[in-house]
Order: sequence, then C-alpha cells, then structure tokens
Amino acid sequence: MCLAIPMRLMEIDGNDAVAEVDGVRRKIRVDFIKEPKVGDYVIAHAGFAIERLQEQQALDNLEAIREVADAL
Amino acid sequence: MLSEASFARLPEGKKLLRGIREMELPGPVCLMEVCGTHTMAIAKAGLRQLLPEGVELRSGPGCPVCVTPAGVMDGVLALSETPGLILTTYGDLMRVPGSTPGDDLQRRRATGADVRWVYSPMDALELAQAEPDKQVVFLGVGFETTAPGTALAVLEAQRRGIKNFSLLCLLKRTEPALRALIARPDFRVNGFLCPGHVAAITGAEAFRFLPEEYGLPAVVSGFETGDLLAAVYALLAQIRDGAPRLENEYTRVVSPQGNPAALALMEQVLEPVDSVWRGLGEIPDSGLGLRKEFRAFDAADRFSFSPGQRVENTGCCCGAIICGQLNPQDCPLFGTACQPEHPVGPCMVSSEGACAAAYKYQGVEL
Repeated sequence: MCLAIPMRLMEIDGNDAVAEVDGVRRKIRVDFIKEPKVGDYVIAHAGFAIERLQEQQALDNLEAIREVADAL
Repeated sequence: MLSEASFARLPEGKKLLRGIREMELPGPVCLMEVCGTHTMAIAKAGLRQLLPEGVELRSGPGCPVCVTPAGVMDGVLALSETPGLILTTYGDLMRVPGSTPGDDLQRRRATGADVRWVYSPMDALELAQAEPDKQVVFLGVGFETTAPGTALAVLEAQRRGIKNFSLLCLLKRTEPALRALIARPDFRVNGFLCPGHVAAITGAEAFRFLPEEYGLPAVVSGFETGDLLAAVYALLAQIRDGAPRLENEYTRVVSPQGNPAALALMEQVLEPVDSVWRGLGEIPDSGLGLRKEFRAFDAADRFSFSPGQRVENTGCCCGAIICGQLNPQDCPLFGTACQPEHPVGPCMVSSEGACAAAYKYQGVEL
C-alpha cells in the first residue's frame, strides 16, 4: 500500500487531477503540489500526488553518479 | 520523465556494483532499509544476492501493515461486525490475521461483514457520501507518506459535513521507531537506507539524527535499481571512510525540508500519540492520532474501539524480522506453513512485506 509510483498529470481541475502511467489513468488529488501543471510528473501514492519529480535534479544526480562511477 | 529510465537501467550500474564488491571495509557490514517499497525493489533487483560476502542488507520496520500488531487486528475484526458499518481498507490489510490463525478481514467479509477495498482515503469519503445511512470507517495505516492524504480526507469530511465518515487512525511515525530500534541491546546495523517517499514528505533533514546523534551513515534513496546501487555504494563508502553523514540520493523527489503543504496539513489534523508496534512494543509518540478538533471523526471513540491483548501466533517470527534480527528464511514457518496463499504473519501478507518479497523473488530453499 505504501507503493508510490511516478505518474504524469494529464488533466487538472482544482485539486483533482487525472494521472497516467503506462496507459493506466487514475484520479488523484494534487493538494500537496504547488501550482501543478498538465505534463508534470509526480509521485502518486494512495490517491495523492506527494511530490513533483524534478527533471533537472534528476539530470544533476545522474551526472554526480557518473562522476563517482568514473572514478572507480 | 525521461531520466527515470536512466535510474532503472543506470549505465554506470556495473561500475558501481564492482565498486561495492571491491570496497575495503573495516569488517562485516549490515545495512537496513525501512520502507516496504525498498524491500520489494531490492528483492526484485536481486541486489541482496549481488552483494559481496560480509555485506548484508536487512529489512526493518518499514511495512505499515507488518508493524500493526495482532491485537489491533483483533479489534479491527471485531469492529467489522458492527451492524450498519462499512469498513474500508487498503487491500493489503484484507488478509492480515489477528491472533487467531485464518481469521482476517477477507474471511469476515465472506461471512457477512461489509468490508471494502479502497485505493485512497478519498474513495472511502465518497462512499460515505453515497451511503448516508451507513457508517463508513477508513482504516488509516501507514507512515508519513500516507499521513497527509489521510489527514486531508478527515479535513474534507469536516468541510463537507460528512458525519457518517470516521477514521481508525493507526498511522505511525518513522523516527521514534528507528530510535527504539537503535536502543535495543541486539541492534547491530551499520547504516540506514532511508525511505525516499517518507522523506518526500518529512524532508531529508528528518534523518540527520542518525549520523549526528548515533554516528550512523544515512542515505535517502530512490527506488530504481540504479538508485539502490548508488545509495548502497554511498553507505559503504561512508563506512569505509569512518565518516557517517546524511546524503540524499533521491534529489529528484526529496528536498531537505520536505513538502510544506503536506506537513502543514498533518500538523493541523494530527498529533503524536503513543503507539504499539509488532516486534517493538509500545513506543512513546510513535503514532499519529487525530487532534481534539477532529475527534468527532475518530472511529476509536465513535465505536469504542479497543485493541485485543492477545499476541502473535506462536512460531511466527514477523516481530523479529521487522526488527532486522532475523531474515525471512530464518523463520521455521517460511515457505512451509506460511506462504502467500495461506499467510501466518503480516510480512507474508503484504505486497511489501519482507517475507512476501523473499518468497516471490528468492524462493524457498528446501
């Protein structure tokens, strides 16, 4: 039940949204996301978006991991 | 998100694994994860089997279903028999037995109790709105990841004046449980893989007490195989260097201070209460209960809920497994009397339980 997965916001109506993953759509609430936009990726858990996925942070992290691995 | 696939199939994965296997460590190392999603992700990736001799990865008290004690389940089973009451729950709880083997919500439902599976507490709230003549109780288990949504459902019930909705609040807090675990005389964990989705709410800083107060390495980790490799490498490097600190590997989701909107809502609706954990016993302030302004929605008050005093099944090692003292395969019931089809303990029931993960991905050695 604690499983949380990345989903993409497809429709937003106030605090209600429709999110999609692998073609499966599900109604979720986006109360905890500041200024949610269609196309944003969020972590969805038990019917709520708990946080937004930050692409730039992801790319920075991949770069940091690459540096660690290259030094091995 | 494009980069998510890169974490799943990290190009540097092999290098990191080699780094992990060749790391010169001061002695045998035991790492612990405390999140059901990590339990499953680690088992699925086969990471445990890839680690070198002397590096062990154990599951801790990270599965909310598993840490709910049998006595509480006995109380829940009794509650489900209340006339005119619909009990709503996440699917995982349907097959968690109370203290009597085979007695679970699924069986109660088969014999007439109105127990329904929901995906979200909001589904329970909508059910209450649709069934005004029934009492709808939501079983609120979970950690900080789940708490904000649960709190929101209660707030919405108040806003919309849905009086036939109530919450049986069984929410738990991560930090007090970790502190209780560390205080045990048999504690022998050398570093924590911290739960990324709890940290999404609480912030990575919520785990700083591990290195600062206990000298324990702590890395907040995501859930893809690449995340796990990077986090395990970082933990081992800290142990090798004798330099415990807090690191955040899951920066794409976890900020230092967490999700302010979710934290504010939790603070508004919930407050710390003492709570009993399977395996760990009663821990002060380790649970979350409704604040007095929201007590009208407390199912425990409304239906005089009382957890039973009976304890777990004889022979079931879930308590010791939750504390990381034993691995699933060490339990005499694992794979024999206790299997996913007829689970004896919650760790075999829950899709995120350590025993279910070990059974599904590692199998049984006969």
